Formats: sequence, structure tokens, C-alpha cells
Amino acid sequence: MNLGPHAAFIVTAYAAATVIVAGMIAWVTLDRRQLTRELDDLEARGVTRRSQRAGEDAP
Amino acid sequence: MTLIDFANPSRFLSFTDRVLAWLAAATLLAFAFGFSQVIAAPDDYQQGATVKIMFIHVPAAWLGIFAWGLMSVAALGTLVWRHPLADVAAKAAAPIGAAFTLICLITGSLWGRPMWGTYWVWDARLTSVLVLFLMYLGVIALWRTIDDPTRAARAAAVLTLVGAINLPIIKFSVDWWNTLHQPASVLRLGGPTIHPALLVPLILMAVAFMLLFLTLHLAAMRNEIMRRRLRTLQMLQARAAAGH
Repeated sequence: MNLGPHAAFIVTAYAAATVIVAGMIAWVTLDRRQLTRELDDLEARGVTRRSQRAGEDAP
Repeated sequence: MTLIDFANPSRFLSFTDRVLAWLAAATLLAFAFGFSQVIAAPDDYQQGATVKIMFIHVPAAWLGIFAWGLMSVAALGTLVWRHPLADVAAKAAAPIGAAFTLICLITGSLWGRPMWGTYWVWDARLTSVLVLFLMYLGVIALWRTIDDPTRAARAAAVLTLVGAINLPIIKFSVDWWNTLHQPASVLRLGGPTIHPALLVPLILMAVAFMLLFLTLHLAAMRNEIMRRRLRTLQMLQARAAAGH
């Protein structure tokens, strides 16, 4: 594929978009990982919501 | 299950758990097909190969505006119905909308330099999009400034609705003022003025970008619901530790 005399601008534009999209994916993934870890940690220490306790107590 | 059932955060979580993987796969497939069409697309008779920047610049611009529109609808949900999922939807959309607006600004600059001879000019379209980006940063900062999510949601909702005034300004800036930016060539009353050989890859990339937005938004909403659960548990723990 010949991108002509302005190839550097085209490649930089696609590279910048890729970096920003990758950053968004990393942000969402790492955020979820950290939240899951913190929630698991609290639940392991016996801190649960009322609705969760009600669900566990139900026959 | 009706649509209203998804307004329950727990049901929404189980729904996102079920659909996210499929949505991510559909996004990947849509981008793979979109890029194959971008590569095959002919050069423009005036712009040459730089027209390929359009395939990421235009969908990013559309999504930057769409995300603020979605936040505005969610803001009404917050202020009128006081629904927590509306707060969650608005908060999760802000960083994603900001990122797409940033892509639009950067790729537009890189397209402008070889075509216009400059990276930036203070014309109405470019300036109003820059204002949109700054408003995104303002809303994100506001969410982070106020600890209580309910109070933060109301303040952010008001700012979002005020900021929505900028959306028609962005859209019609090229008609209302004399700008270096070209007038609308796809979303216009008389129909698109772009040749189908360039329009089809553009629409395919727009579909891929929209699927990416939906995937990221649902994932970010799921995270925000988890963050609120974590906050509730931390408050319960603190209350228990204080002996109440």
C-alpha cells in the first residue's frame, strides 16, 4: 500500500488513535481487576451487604 | 425480562457479564472488516492517501458528540427520576467521550497539516470541538472533586445539560460561520456527497467505533457499580469499627 508523500501523518494518526484506544482498554481492565481484588478482600473479612446476607440466609 | 428490569444494578451486572464478551468479539470482527475496506479504499482525487485519516477522524468526532448526548439524556435521568443507573451511565461515558474527542482533535490536526498547511486554526468547528474536550475534563474533575456520588451526579448533570448547548454549535458551526473546516458531507439533508467507494468504509469504521464505544461503556458502567458497592462496604466496615 502506497501512502504517498504524507505517509508519516497518516501513520502517526492511526498510531495515536491506537494508543488512546489501548489506554482506554487498559484503564477499564485494570480498574476492574483492582475493584474485584478490593471487594474480594472485604468479603473475605466478613463485610457484606444486607442483600447479600439475606440471600445467604435464605433456605 | 423487560427493558425496565435492566434499571436494577444487579440485573444490569448479570446482563453485562453475559453480553460483554460477545460485544468485544463483534467489535474485533467489525474493526478487522473495516480496516480491510480502508486498505482497499481508493485515494481521493484531491487529498490522495491522506483521506485515510478520515476513517478514524470522523467516527471519533461522531462518538465524541454522541457520548455527550448520551450523558445529557442520563443527566435528565439523574435530575428528573434520580435513578442511580443514570448517574453510573453518565460517569462511565465521560472519560470514553473525552478519549474519542481527543482522537478527533489529534487526527484532525495531523490531517490539517498536509491539507491546510497548519496543525491548528481557531475556526468555529475546531474551537467548539476543543471546548467539548475541555468540558469533558471539567465533568470528570467535578466527579472526582465531590466524594458523595449522589451529590456529584447532580452537579455533573447540571454541567452536562449546560454543556449540551455546544452540540448544535459543533454540528452547525461550519454552516453558521466561515470556517477552514469543510461543511458536512455525510450527515446532511441532501444526502452524503462522498463517493460510495469512500463512504462504505467510513460507515463500516463508524459501526466498529460504535461497537467499541458500547463495549467500553458497558465495561466502565460495570466497574462504576462495583466501585459504589465497594464504597458501601467500606462505610459498613468503618461503622462496625466505630462500634455502631
